[in-house]
Amino acid sequence: MANYLLRRLAQIVPTLFFVSVLIFGLQQLLPGDPAIALAGEERDPEAIRYLREKFHLDEPLPVRYWYWVSGVLTGDLGNSMRIQKPVTELILQKLPVTIQLASMAMVIALVIGITAGVISAVKKDTWWDYGANIFALWGLSTPNFWLGILLIMLFAVQLGWLPASGYVSPFEDLKANLSAMIMPAFVLGNAIAAVLMRHTRSAMLQVLSSDYVRTARAKGLDERVVVLKHALRNALIPVITLGALEFGTLLSGAVLTEQVFTIPGFGKLIVDAVFNRDYLVVQGVVLFTATVYITLNLLADLAYFMVNPRMRH
Amino acid sequence: MAAVVFQELEARQGGKTWNRLLRRGGAMFGLAVVLFFVLLALLAPWLAPYDPVATSWSAVRAAPSTAHLFGADELGRDVLSRIIWGARASILAGVVSVSISLALGVPIGMAAGYLGRWIDALVSRITDAMLACPFLILAIALAAFLGPSLTNAMIAIGISATPVFIRLTRAQVLAAKSEDYVEAARALGNPHLRIALRHIFPNIVAPLIVQATLAIAAAVIAEASLSFLGLGQQPPAPSWGSMLNTARNYVDQAPWMAIWPGVSIFLLVLSFNLLGDGLRDALDPRHK
Amino acid sequence: MKWFLALGLAAAASVANSQTLRIGLAEDPDILDPTMARTFVGRIVFAGLCDKLFDLDEKLNVVPQLATSYQWSADNKSLTLKLRDGVTFHDGERMDARAVKYNLERHKDMKGSNRRGELAVVSSVEVVDAATVRINLAAPFAPLLAVLTDRAGMMVSPKAAEAAGEKFGANPVCSGPFRFVERIAQDRIVLERFANYWNKGQIHFQRIVYQPIPDATVRLANLRSGQLDFIERVAPSDVPQLRNDTRFKIAKIVEIGYQGITINVGKSDFAQKNPLGKDARVREALDLALDREALVRVAMEGEAQPGNQWVAPGNRYYAKSVPVPKRNLERAKQLLREAGVPNPSFTLMTPTASDAQRMAQVIQAMAKDAGFDVKIQSTEFATALKLSDQGQYEAFLLAWSGRADPDGNLHIFLACKGPLNNSGWCKPEADEAIEKARVTLDPAQRAKLYETVAQNVARDRPIIYLFHRNWLWAHTARLSGLRTVPDGMVRVQGLKMN
Repeated sequence: MANYLLRRLAQIVPTLFFVSVLIFGLQQLLPGDPAIALAGEERDPEAIRYLREKFHLDEPLPVRYWYWVSGVLTGDLGNSMRIQKPVTELILQKLPVTIQLASMAMVIALVIGITAGVISAVKKDTWWDYGANIFALWGLSTPNFWLGILLIMLFAVQLGWLPASGYVSPFEDLKANLSAMIMPAFVLGNAIAAVLMRHTRSAMLQVLSSDYVRTARAKGLDERVVVLKHALRNALIPVITLGALEFGTLLSGAVLTEQVFTIPGFGKLIVDAVFNRDYLVVQGVVLFTATVYITLNLLADLAYFMVNPRMRH
Repeated sequence: MAAVVFQELEARQGGKTWNRLLRRGGAMFGLAVVLFFVLLALLAPWLAPYDPVATSWSAVRAAPSTAHLFGADELGRDVLSRIIWGARASILAGVVSVSISLALGVPIGMAAGYLGRWIDALVSRITDAMLACPFLILAIALAAFLGPSLTNAMIAIGISATPVFIRLTRAQVLAAKSEDYVEAARALGNPHLRIALRHIFPNIVAPLIVQATLAIAAAVIAEASLSFLGLGQQPPAPSWGSMLNTARNYVDQAPWMAIWPGVSIFLLVLSFNLLGDGLRDALDPRHK
Repeated sequence: MKWFLALGLAAAASVANSQTLRIGLAEDPDILDPTMARTFVGRIVFAGLCDKLFDLDEKLNVVPQLATSYQWSADNKSLTLKLRDGVTFHDGERMDARAVKYNLERHKDMKGSNRRGELAVVSSVEVVDAATVRINLAAPFAPLLAVLTDRAGMMVSPKAAEAAGEKFGANPVCSGPFRFVERIAQDRIVLERFANYWNKGQIHFQRIVYQPIPDATVRLANLRSGQLDFIERVAPSDVPQLRNDTRFKIAKIVEIGYQGITINVGKSDFAQKNPLGKDARVREALDLALDREALVRVAMEGEAQPGNQWVAPGNRYYAKSVPVPKRNLERAKQLLREAGVPNPSFTLMTPTASDAQRMAQVIQAMAKDAGFDVKIQSTEFATALKLSDQGQYEAFLLAWSGRADPDGNLHIFLACKGPLNNSGWCKPEADEAIEKARVTLDPAQRAKLYETVAQNVARDRPIIYLFHRNWLWAHTARLSGLRTVPDGMVRVQGLKMN
């Protein structure tokens, strides 16, 4: 086990290196000139020259990569060219928002996904099965941005129950915060629910036909107890670990949902920065979320490994 | 010995699978819908009542009528015709992207899984790195780099989805590598490539098909997402994603502009999902 | 369910509180430093945050704000300003001639300043006395006053600017009606009433919150659901339904900018390789193939005014002798035949915004009737700027947000030495007129010079001007006092919630 942990930790370094190269490279690939893009409509040649110098835009790529990475290693992720705030500050500002959104989405996903998966497995090949399937799948089958707009039209404009968009800090006003987050969390959670449903169903089916459960049934235990107490508990293990991974994806993957609902989280930050060629922001935030994702990955694998000693690597 | 091995392989696939698939109602529904849309896409030139890019200033946002069964869009173009022709773009977006992912991911994954050692380590680390970056960000950056167009969107989505297939292939190859029949084949002195193609590959096809089907569903959505950001199918050519994107500005005034592409995307993606799930059930003997 | 209803009621109740004005912006502003700022939307925030030397009224006349009067010297190379008394910055510092000198020099000299080009002609600034400043110019410069109604005329506290240097934008200290409280990137900018504002009688709000909401549909949804009191840049297609809703009011005015097709006629060899760039007859054919009225009707829902010059037909500098052409398909086809290219093809570089996409498709369809094959190339903003600066394009569907002085819409693009002359057009007769109109202060003379330019442009068509959009604002009907000024700004003085 310690061996496994050490080996995995050793793998993190090269992985992060590749992440840094990948995200740096991608930003450099983007056509257009960051200095011109930022100089905007009334570009002044002097201002552009100044920006190019300030952000080392004329230096060769490896040099620029080095400038960036050496900064990262000392904790300095650089500044946003567009609004001149340190990337670290932007990350800290948006981290609570993103975590809250991801957590709420995860809860919704778990509730919908696991329930649908259990029903689908227990009532396999019946209308319950198909119904649960479709219920969980419909979130995955609609583009996020579209579902978001529909929900806004219904709940905010027509019914007036929820705010159309925006974000309020929970410390400022908890009720407003929750009502603003519920729709985007639902949109995000829906999509993940399908993935969780599949795995729950899969795992449940496997467990339900196992000796362990057959024994429990033979003992005359009530079916519901068998399902909920014995089968589900075992089936949940791979599902939870998957959930941890999906959570990691949520941290930076809520791109469109955040755009539509104007939630100031990482997703919106990154995509706006891509289009503004504010590349230090993209690089810094993606590196951060990638690190979190890789860590979650490791934790999930560790958990799985510990619970399932049969896993050989 | 080899004959026995191959018989066993055949028994696992083929006939039984089809039977099992037939019994899954959801998968059948999915298959039917997918085939319907594919037919629609193929027969578009004959089925569509109008030229999908023909504008008409007098029919701007016309409500559904006998002249325009699904109504007209913001430039007076017939929505029904655009849906029919758009099927091509959306299905292509799904199929081509996933084909790219397969074409790139499977060989790399097989190499990593089979050859092991430093190739495996290198591939695995790079795959991990790609998976750690948000999929949409990768796709956006690639699409922006290549330039906004449907083709480039497909390439961008395809490349961004490759790591999943690398990982899947590799895992399946690793599992298959230690099976008896592979050891037997090696003992018989078969060259690596032959073992890989003849022995291992047929066994990993099943989960790949399942994943590919599900990935097509995701790719169709991804194309719609890229259209939302201005990077997908370019005007005036129709794709359901870009139609949906344009329609969101007219949700109140002309809901038909959004309903039809929305329903189409939903049906197509749902169907691929159901089909994929059904295939998984049918191909996995444990799920009988 | 009940909980949600209660929430809805609470939201409605908070709307009734008229202390805070919530404004929805179409983008997130960039740096809140008037010297470095580059975006249109940033200027809207400045309207609440930073006062400027002069302001504009609905007719584009220059009116006093921080400066009460001005006087040109006899040779027009020196502008003397009298400053308003008793104005302080948000940090208590006095707004006086020394502050103005500091600011103008900052705009001119600071590294990274985007105001340098606007104030290039300024050679020095003198403090005559505490309330009088003299700006000396290298040459007469007619647009100067108009320039001082925008960011170049905004005054920030010298003390705060010195202390913060480049980081001033993180915590701007100006002299406007509201002071900076906080900014959460991409979420909100919060301003609070400045107790010592010189014109505080006109200010009826305690706070302003600017919220960037890029999606027009969602921005409108926020207005309709009561979370915002005011939104800018309403989508033209949303206007009819708002008109029918008595809870809201729409305000509109023709912009000072324009929407047009910039054509590469000489910036790079793209120009020679393409019939559109090579032959003025082909450009004329394109111009005549377009039905501007229909274009405005279909692409902009009628919320624009057809035009053919860099200023709108109602502007005093519009050359009436060069009227907006009407569609003439026959003549267009004839021209193409004469030019020897009956079916010319060119690529129209189009921004990804939805209205630009719509416009491009309408243009494509109309031009097709004359035989043109227009290929639409959607290009992201950042890429488009670079391509056009390098001349790597054939035609570019470009919108210009506009400047109060006509020179601001013309010189940078069409003067031979214009910094953004990406069409590569350079005609001595026109250039002379453009340069002369800059140094002449008499409006009538300038109008005559611009007529010459207009005639040249109409002949050569380096830019085919299409129309001038309406600025469209929507707000709750309870809000009154909005002044519709063609520069698109949201002036907070006089706004009141009833």
